[in-house]
Amino acid sequence: MLVDILKPLVVVFVVLNFIPLLIWFERKGSAYIQDRRGPNRAAILGIRLGGMLHNLADVVKLLTKEDIVPTRAHRFFYFIAPMIAMFVATVTIGVIPFAAPLAIGERSFTFQVADLNAGLLYVLAMGSLGVYGVMLAGWAANNNYTMLGGLRASAQMISYEVAMGLAVVALLLSAGTVNLTAIVEAQRGPLWAWYGFTQPLALVLFCTALLAETNRNPFDLPEGESELVAGYHTEYSSMKFALFFMAEYAHIVVGACLITALFAGGWHIPWIDWAYVRQQLELFVRPTLVGFGVCSMLVGGLLCRRFLRRYSTARYGDLRDYESLVFGIGGLLAGIGVLGAAALLPDDLSIAPFTRDLLVALAQISVFLTKVVFFCWCFIWVRWTLPRFRYDQLMRLGWKVMVPLALANIAVTAAIVALG
Amino acid sequence: MLRDYLPIAVLFALGVLIGGAFLGLSACIGRKRPTAEKLAPYECGLDPVSSPRQRFSVKFFLVAMVFLLFDVEVTFLFPWAVLVRRFTESGLGTFIFVEGLLFIFVLAIGLVYVWRRGALEWEK
Repeated sequence: MLVDILKPLVVVFVVLNFIPLLIWFERKGSAYIQDRRGPNRAAILGIRLGGMLHNLADVVKLLTKEDIVPTRAHRFFYFIAPMIAMFVATVTIGVIPFAAPLAIGERSFTFQVADLNAGLLYVLAMGSLGVYGVMLAGWAANNNYTMLGGLRASAQMISYEVAMGLAVVALLLSAGTVNLTAIVEAQRGPLWAWYGFTQPLALVLFCTALLAETNRNPFDLPEGESELVAGYHTEYSSMKFALFFMAEYAHIVVGACLITALFAGGWHIPWIDWAYVRQQLELFVRPTLVGFGVCSMLVGGLLCRRFLRRYSTARYGDLRDYESLVFGIGGLLAGIGVLGAAALLPDDLSIAPFTRDLLVALAQISVFLTKVVFFCWCFIWVRWTLPRFRYDQLMRLGWKVMVPLALANIAVTAAIVALG
Repeated sequence: MLRDYLPIAVLFALGVLIGGAFLGLSACIGRKRPTAEKLAPYECGLDPVSSPRQRFSVKFFLVAMVFLLFDVEVTFLFPWAVLVRRFTESGLGTFIFVEGLLFIFVLAIGLVYVWRRGALEWEK
C-alpha cells in the first residue's frame, strides 16, 4: 500500500528533475552547436554550475510573472489545457520499467510504477490524450495564431500516431507481448538482440513519430515562430506557459525511456548477463570503483588545468574565475577517495544476498538512465541540426511515406516470424 | 487485478496536482495589473480584425476522419501481432500469417483509395 503511493512519487520526482537537466542540455548544447558559449550569467555566490542555475532563475521568474487571461478566452478550457498537457506527460511514465523485478521472498518488487498487463497499450492510450491539451489550448485562447497552431498540432499529432502505432505493431510481432518488462528481457544477450538492430525500420519510424508527437523540430510547425508567433501557446503567460514547456521536456524523457525499453535493450548491457553479475558481484566491485575514480580524477584534473590556464587572464575578476577550481579539486578529491576505497577493499569480500540484489538493481537503473540521457540528447541534437518541414511535406511524410513503410515492415516481419 | 491500477490512480492524482499547484502558485504570486490592451488577443500590436471562430480548411476534417479509420484498424492489429508467435509455435503459422496479411491488404487498399482520391494532397 505504502509502496503503491511511494513509487509514483519517486518516479515523478525523477522525471521532474530530468526537466531542468534537459533544458540545460538544450541551452548549452545548442550554444556549442552554434559556436556560442550559452547561459553563463545567473550565479549564487559565484557558482554558476555551468549555466545550470539559469533554470532556477527561470522558475522564480515564471512564478512571479503576471498571469494574463485574455478577455475573449474561454476561461475553463484556457486553464485546463496546460494541466492536460502536464498530466499526459506525467502519467505516460507509469509502466516504464527501470530495472529488472527484484524478488524479495515470495513477492517481487518491480522498479516501475505499475506492472500492467496492458503495458505498452497504456502508454499509447495515454500518449494520444496529449492532442487534447494542444487543441484546447489553441481553441480556448481565441486568437488567430493559437487557433492555427492548435489545428496544425492536432492534425500532425493524429497523423503520426497512426505511423507510431504501426511501427510498434512490427515490434510486438517479434516480442509477442505488450508487457514492457518482458520486452526488455527478450533483448538480453548480444548487441544484435536489441530490437533496434532486428527492427531498424521500426526504430526509425518510431523515433520520427515520437519527434512529431512531442512537437519538436523538425516537426515544430504548431509553434513555428516565423509564421504563428508561438503557435498554440501564444496567449499563455507565466506558469501556464511553463507547464507547456515542462510537458514538452517530460514528453522527451518518456519518449527516451520508451526508445530505451523497446529498442535499446533497457537495463541490459550487450553480452553481459545480469544473473552472472549478481553471482560474481565481488569481481565487479573493484573495477567499477576504479573506473569511477579514474573518470572523476580525469574530469577534476581537466577542470584544474583549465583553471590554471585561464587564471592569469582573470576574465571576470570575481568568484566566477574560481568555479572550475572548486569542481576540479572536488573531482580530484572524490577520485582519490574512490580509488582509496577500491584499494582498501578486502580481498575476501563477501556481500550479503540482499545487498547484492540491491547493488545489481542500482547498476541496472544506472544503465537504463544512461541510455535515457543519451536518447534525450539525441532529441536535442536533432532539433539544432535539422531545418523545419513545410506543412504539406510533413503531411506527405506522415501518410505517404511512413504509413506504407510501416505496413510493409509489418508484412515482412510477420512473414519472418510466422513462416521463417 | 484492479489492485494493479492503484499506483496508476496515484500517478493520475499527482499529474493533476502538479499542474494545479503550478497554476495556483503563479496565480497567487504573480503581479496583477490588467489593462484592456493587455488582455486583448495578441495580434502583433494590431487590433484583431477577424474572429478565429470561423470556418477553416476542410483538410483538417479529412485528416481527422482518415485518422479515425486507420487508428481503429491499427488497434485491431495489436492483438494479432501479440498472438502470431504463439500461433506459430502451435503450428498455425501460415494460417495466422495469411489472416493478418488479408487484413493489412484491406487496410492498404483503404490507404490507396484515400491517396487516389486526393485526400492526402495538402497543397491543392
